[in-house]
Amino acid sequence: MSLIALPLLQQFVLVLAALVLFSSFVLLSQARLVSAIHAFAWQGGLVAAVTTVVAVAGDSTHLYFSALLTFALKAVLIPWMLHRLIRRLELERHVELLRWYAMVNMVAVALVIFSYWLVLPMVHEELAFTRNIVAISLAVVLIGLWMMVVRQQAVAQVLGFMSMENGLFLAAVSATDGMPLVVELGVAFDVLVAMVLFGVFFFQIRESIDSLDVDRLNRLTETVEETDAETGAGSRPMMVKSAVAEGE
Amino acid sequence: MNALLVTLLAPVAGALALAMLRPLRWAGWLNTAVSAATFAASVVLAWTVAEAGEVAGLSFRVDAFNVYLVVLTAFVGLTTSIFSRPYMRHVCDTGLTSERGMRIYHAMYQAFMFTMLLALTTDNLGVLWVAVEGATLATVLLVSLYRTPEAVEAAWKYFVLCGVGIALALFGTVLTYFAAQQVVGDPAEGLTWSVLFQQARALEPSVMGLAFVFLLVGYGTKVGLVPMHQWLPDAHSEGPTPMSAVLSGLLLNVALYAVVRLKMLVDGSLAATDAPHLAGDLLMGFGLLSFLVAGLFLHRQRDIKRMFSYSSIEHMGLMTFAFGLGGPLATFGALLHMLVHSLTKSAIFVTVGHATHLAGTQTIDKIRGLIRTQPAVGWALLFGVAAIAGFPPFGVFTSEFLLLTATMQSQPWLTMALLSGLAIAFAGLFRHLHPMVYGPAPEGQRPVSANMLPVVIHLGLVLWLGLSIPAFLAGWLDRATQLITGAHLL
Repeated sequence: MSLIALPLLQQFVLVLAALVLFSSFVLLSQARLVSAIHAFAWQGGLVAAVTTVVAVAGDSTHLYFSALLTFALKAVLIPWMLHRLIRRLELERHVELLRWYAMVNMVAVALVIFSYWLVLPMVHEELAFTRNIVAISLAVVLIGLWMMVVRQQAVAQVLGFMSMENGLFLAAVSATDGMPLVVELGVAFDVLVAMVLFGVFFFQIRESIDSLDVDRLNRLTETVEETDAETGAGSRPMMVKSAVAEGE
Repeated sequence: MNALLVTLLAPVAGALALAMLRPLRWAGWLNTAVSAATFAASVVLAWTVAEAGEVAGLSFRVDAFNVYLVVLTAFVGLTTSIFSRPYMRHVCDTGLTSERGMRIYHAMYQAFMFTMLLALTTDNLGVLWVAVEGATLATVLLVSLYRTPEAVEAAWKYFVLCGVGIALALFGTVLTYFAAQQVVGDPAEGLTWSVLFQQARALEPSVMGLAFVFLLVGYGTKVGLVPMHQWLPDAHSEGPTPMSAVLSGLLLNVALYAVVRLKMLVDGSLAATDAPHLAGDLLMGFGLLSFLVAGLFLHRQRDIKRMFSYSSIEHMGLMTFAFGLGGPLATFGALLHMLVHSLTKSAIFVTVGHATHLAGTQTIDKIRGLIRTQPAVGWALLFGVAAIAGFPPFGVFTSEFLLLTATMQSQPWLTMALLSGLAIAFAGLFRHLHPMVYGPAPEGQRPVSANMLPVVIHLGLVLWLGLSIPAFLAGWLDRATQLITGAHLL
């Protein structure tokens, strides 16, 4: 069936959801961290807009509340926290060019097609709207995941993670009119705590490897361990303990 | 109901109190006391459930299936806290962590217990998700507690991999809720497991099938199923040893519990379609793969804690396989295996903690002559590994025997894979164990003050379960089996 036959508000939701997907692509290809954070904030704002439209369509008060919550969390608080973090880490001018730029974007396009293929079994007539929205949010989730794979920088990976959360929220709001309030609050709380912990980890990682390039976190593979033991690199955590024990 | 609330609120109160309490000497005792209170309340809860059949209300629901896991969780939490008090004081004395780190440790220990118990007792799939994610958040700072580059790396890997995995599980939960909305009238009840279970047959199969794939990958990451297991050996080997004990003994169980609950829904929904065993087949595939791959990886380990974490993956794979196999016998065996594996593995990690203090390293090549230096630790490790490898007098043998029998009944050609997997894992464990326990002790290796009480209790229980399963426990597991498969075994 054609999308034009859908009610107007549902069409509007679909347009906004498409914009969320577009912002995912924008986020994926940003070279500067600051502009990536801005792209993420825009995505959060768009998800909040979708929530508001759904709330108007269904006239449900608890969705107005979750729209407000999303806007506060995803478009204001988390971008602000990230801004502050990269200022403190002196990464404002950090530029990381995406390697194989075209390839990465082509894979992202393939992920969108894959998402649409996954929802094909949902053939029922009344599922037409939901099928689109589920496919779009799944694509946002997968592109967030893809971003975590291709980006080596810890802050950029966190942005990918948070944009996955955006995709999940989009699915929850538009396919199901929002989860029960207690679940929504729990999820928001978890996301917030995760963000605080990510902040803690940025400093711990920089302290230990002197950069935020997580590709350099490679001590714990099965093979490196062998060379470590052979050369006696002496940085295994228990070595510290043995040194202390000898001192006693 | 009151017992349930005490079980849940004691860890919360404990976490808050321990976050503020400054004197370190008391923190360890308070941690033990809170865990003891939780355990006592959970026993009362189990008693109530045994009499009433189930306890439900306030969107909690405790039945035969989860109550035994609640008691197990509280029990392992208690014995591990007994072990962790002197152990962590030793760690703090050697300067590996600061006083602030110790406060974080104790508070997060209780916070972790709370999330585990909440995940087990809640009737709401959304809250289940929040609790499992909360467990990651509570433990991630503990993995990086020692602040070495390896520990930070392990914690980051743990955080990112489990975060992504669990995000996929949330997508599955959203899809489930979507399917429920077409069936359940009241949207507030759309995620209530018991309501969904009653109407499972009406849930849209195409949506539920897709949802289960996401849920399995998501919660499966936490179970440690191959290929999503990458975080597990790192987190276990770099975190403090009491943490490895509770991660291995409890967190993996709870994640598997979530998978089984969801499988029950999907099975109901897919029953009328042309692929009714989709969920079970997926579980069997992932389970068998994890079981075999982890068994092979056991052979090339150089770090003792990494080795035992691979052994955990192997056993979780076996349980996943058994739940996928379905049927009363396999399910009963899997439930029993969850119990004995938790008890044995946490006992092993406690012993390994003492062994690493003794040798001053986690490298297997440098841990030698445990029996000569400190017989208690050496023998405990030997018995623990014998138990986990499935030697006859211990309970793991019983459950593995049941699982093999069940496999022979329904999928005979898979028995070969299971048997060879068990043999590979056995060889992998013992080739490392033998020199560690019997070899000549290096010079200057001195005994440490070890509290072997938790180990003795755990291994004693496993031995008891291997010799004779008490009637009340068998009845209990049978009721859980009936709940999951719809048929009694006994």
